[in-house]
Amino acid sequence: MTKNMNDLREELIRMSGCKPSKCMSCGKCSATCPAYSEMEYHPHQFAGMIQRGEIEPLLESESIYRCLTCFACVDRCPRDVQPAKLIEAVRLVAIREQGKNRLKADQVPGMLDNDIPQQAIVSAFRKYSK
Amino acid sequence: MQRIGVFVCWCGSNIAATVDVKAVSEALLKEPGVVFSTDYQYMCSQAGQNMIIDAVKEHNLTGIVVCSCSPRMHEATFRKTAKAAGLNPYMVEIANIREQCSWVHKDMQTGTEKAIILGKAAVAKVNLNAPLTPGESSVTKRALVIGGGIAGIQTALDIAEAGFEVDIVEKQPTIGGKMAQLDKTFPTLDCAACILTPKMVDVAQNEKIRIFSYSEVEAVSGFVGNYDVKIKRKARYVKEDICTGCGACVDKCPMKKVPNEFNLGMDNRRAIYIPFAQAVPKVATIDPNTCNMLKNGKCGVCAKICTAGAIDYKQQDEIVQEKYGAIVVATGFNPISMEKFDEFAYNQSKDVITSLEFERLTNAAGPTQGKLLRPSDNVHPHTIVFVQCVGSRCSACAEKGKEYCSKICCMYTAKHAMLVRDKYPDTDVYVFYIDVRTPGKAFDEFQRRAVEEYGVKYVKGMVGKVSPEGNKLKVQASDLLNNKQINIDADLVVLAAAIEPDKSARPLATMLTASMDTNDFFTEAHPKLRPVESPTAGVFLSGACQGPKDIPETVSQASAAAVKVVGLLAKDKLTGNPCIASSNELMCNGCSSCERVCPYGAITYVDKEFRMPNRTTKIRRVAQVNSAVCQGCGACTVACPSGAMDLRGFTSAQIMAEVDAICK
Repeated sequence: MTKNMNDLREELIRMSGCKPSKCMSCGKCSATCPAYSEMEYHPHQFAGMIQRGEIEPLLESESIYRCLTCFACVDRCPRDVQPAKLIEAVRLVAIREQGKNRLKADQVPGMLDNDIPQQAIVSAFRKYSK
Repeated sequence: MQRIGVFVCWCGSNIAATVDVKAVSEALLKEPGVVFSTDYQYMCSQAGQNMIIDAVKEHNLTGIVVCSCSPRMHEATFRKTAKAAGLNPYMVEIANIREQCSWVHKDMQTGTEKAIILGKAAVAKVNLNAPLTPGESSVTKRALVIGGGIAGIQTALDIAEAGFEVDIVEKQPTIGGKMAQLDKTFPTLDCAACILTPKMVDVAQNEKIRIFSYSEVEAVSGFVGNYDVKIKRKARYVKEDICTGCGACVDKCPMKKVPNEFNLGMDNRRAIYIPFAQAVPKVATIDPNTCNMLKNGKCGVCAKICTAGAIDYKQQDEIVQEKYGAIVVATGFNPISMEKFDEFAYNQSKDVITSLEFERLTNAAGPTQGKLLRPSDNVHPHTIVFVQCVGSRCSACAEKGKEYCSKICCMYTAKHAMLVRDKYPDTDVYVFYIDVRTPGKAFDEFQRRAVEEYGVKYVKGMVGKVSPEGNKLKVQASDLLNNKQINIDADLVVLAAAIEPDKSARPLATMLTASMDTNDFFTEAHPKLRPVESPTAGVFLSGACQGPKDIPETVSQASAAAVKVVGLLAKDKLTGNPCIASSNELMCNGCSSCERVCPYGAITYVDKEFRMPNRTTKIRRVAQVNSAVCQGCGACTVACPSGAMDLRGFTSAQIMAEVDAICK
C-alpha cells in the first residue's frame, strides 16, 4: 500500500465515520442490496478494499454511482460498518477532483420531464456534484 | 513503631523492564518504619519466599510490604510466607506495581515514580496494621441448585452421589429444561429424551434430592455455609403428593386452545396439563390464566374426573424456608426474540421458524409427530434454508442482537440439515454461514459429513431478506465465494437465533450478590482457573448461565460445580475473613444508616447500658456487627455519619495514611 493510499484510507474513514475493520465479511449488505447486479464492486467489497487500501479501482468504478443510497445495508449490517456511508465517502473523493462533477447544472434542464419528481433531481444533483 | 521489610519483585521482565526495581527498593528504605529493603527476580518463588522468612528473622520485622503483582494473584502466597516466618498474616501489604504500574506504563521514569508512590502508600498502611485473627463459622451440609435443566440435574446427582442433600428449584412444572425439548443431540445423534429422561428419573428416585418444581427463589440471605433461602412454591391447584399423573383430567378439560409452551406455541394444550409424557414430577398443573374454574368459577370438570381427589382450586402460593451451605446457579438460556428481525419475515410468515421450533417439528412428541411439515399448510417442504448467526456476533444494535458467538448454532444447524437430508432425500437444504465454528471432539467431522455424505449446500454469506410471496419464501442472499447474489424460492426458513441468559438470572444475581457481565451471564471467579465458582463465596455456576454451552460442556461444568460444592460441604468449619466491620459503641449515635446499607443483613441494633458521670447509667441504642455474616464490603463505614464504623484491615486511619503517602 502506498503512503498516499494509506492517507486516503484514513481520510475515507474520517469522512464516513465508519470503521471498515469491524466488517466480518458476512455479506449481509450485498445480500440485501437492490442495486447488486448493477455494481461491479459490491457493498461488502467496499469495506474490504478500503481496509486493504485498494481504493483506486473503487474511485474509477461506476459502482459508486450505482449505489442507490437506500441504506438497506446500513440498516441490516450486524457490525455497524455502514457500507452506504463508505461508498458515499469514495464518491465524494471522486467528484471533489477538479472537473469530476458527475452531474453538471446545465444538464439539469434537459432532464426535466413529468415522470421524474423534481425532488429526485435535486437529490441527484446533491449526490453527484460538489 | 513497626519494623517493616520491603521486597520488590522483578516478575522477570514484567515489572523490571518498565520499573527500576533497585531505585524503588532504595527509595522505600528511606520511608518511616522501613528497616530492610531488597529486590529479587521472582518474589513468589520458593527462593523469594525464603528470602522474606530469613529477613523477618534477621531484622526482627513486624510488617512486610511486597511490591509485586495484583494482590488477587499472590496476596495469599505472601500471607502464608509471613505466617511461616512467625508473623500474623495480616501484617502483609501488597503494592501492585505490575497491573497498576509496569503493565500500564511504557516509560521507565514514570513507571518507577509511580511504583515508589504505591510502595510508600503500602508502607504507610502497614505502619498502622494490627494483627487480625479470622473467626470460624459452621456449614449447613445441604446444597441448593437453582434450575432443573441438564446442568442442574447433573450437579444435583453428583452432589447427592457424594452423600449430601440437594434441593432443586425449577420454575417450570417439570425438570428437564431445554434439553427435554430437543430432538437429537450432536455429534452422535442419540435422541435427547433417551439420554435425559433416565437422569430425570434418577433425580426423582434419589433419596438425597428434593425437587421443588413450579417454584422460584424468592429471597436469599446469609453467607457461604449458612444461606437462608425463601422458596415460593406457586400454586399448581393440584396436590402434588396425591396426583398420580394419570392424565384423565387433561383429556377431559374443555379448555383446549391454550398455546403449548413446550412445543413453542405450535400446537395447543389444555388449561390443566402435564408438559410432556416423561415429566418429572409427573403431576398435572392448572394454568390459572386460562382455567375457567379459576377465572370465573364455571367448570370444575377436572375435580369431578380425578379419582384420587388431587384437584384443589383453593391452593395458595406457599413460601418454604430452607437452610443451605452452598448455592448452584443453573438458570440456563433462551433463544433471543426474533421480533426485531423484520428482514427475515419471522412475524409475517409461519414458515419462518427458529431452530428450537424446528427441533419440536422433527420430534416424535412434537406438534407433527415428527413428520417434517410446514407450519402454515402442513405440506412437506422441498427447499429449506437455514440461516446461521441470526443475532449472534451482532455489535450494531444491542436491542437486536448479541455481540458474542452463541457457540452451539453451527453444530445444531449441521445436525438439522443432515437429519433432513437423511429422512427426506428429495429436499434441497441450504445453510448460509459467516464462519463455520466446530471446535470440539468429533464436531468438525460431523459438519463435514453433512456436506460430503448428505449433500447439504453450505453457502458462505448471509441472507439479506426473506419475503413471503404466495406459498413461497423468496430468499435473497450472498454467495461470497462466488461473488454472487443468489435468490432461492424456499418452503421453510430456519433461523439459528442467538441465545441469551434466562431473564430470571439478573434478579437472582442481585439476590445472591453474584456478579454478571454486560450480557447478563454470570461471571466466574477466574476465567481460566476458577471457571465454576462465582466470585461470591458459596455460589457456584453450572451450565449456560455462565456462557453459551453445548450439552457435553454443560455436563462437564455441572459435575465440576458439584465437586466444588462437595469440597465446601465436606468441611465442618469455615475460616472467615477477619477484615470485617466493627462499631465503636461509644461513638455510635444509633441512627441505623449502617443497617440500611448493609447488603448482608450483618448489622443489628441493641439497647445497651452505658456508664455516665456521677454513677448514673444511660441506655443507648448501638449497632452491632455479626462477625459471621459481615463480608467486609465497607458500605457501612462510608454511611456512618459519626465515624463509629470501621473496617478491620482497612480502617479509615489506614486509608487516610495511604492517601497522605500518595499526595505527599
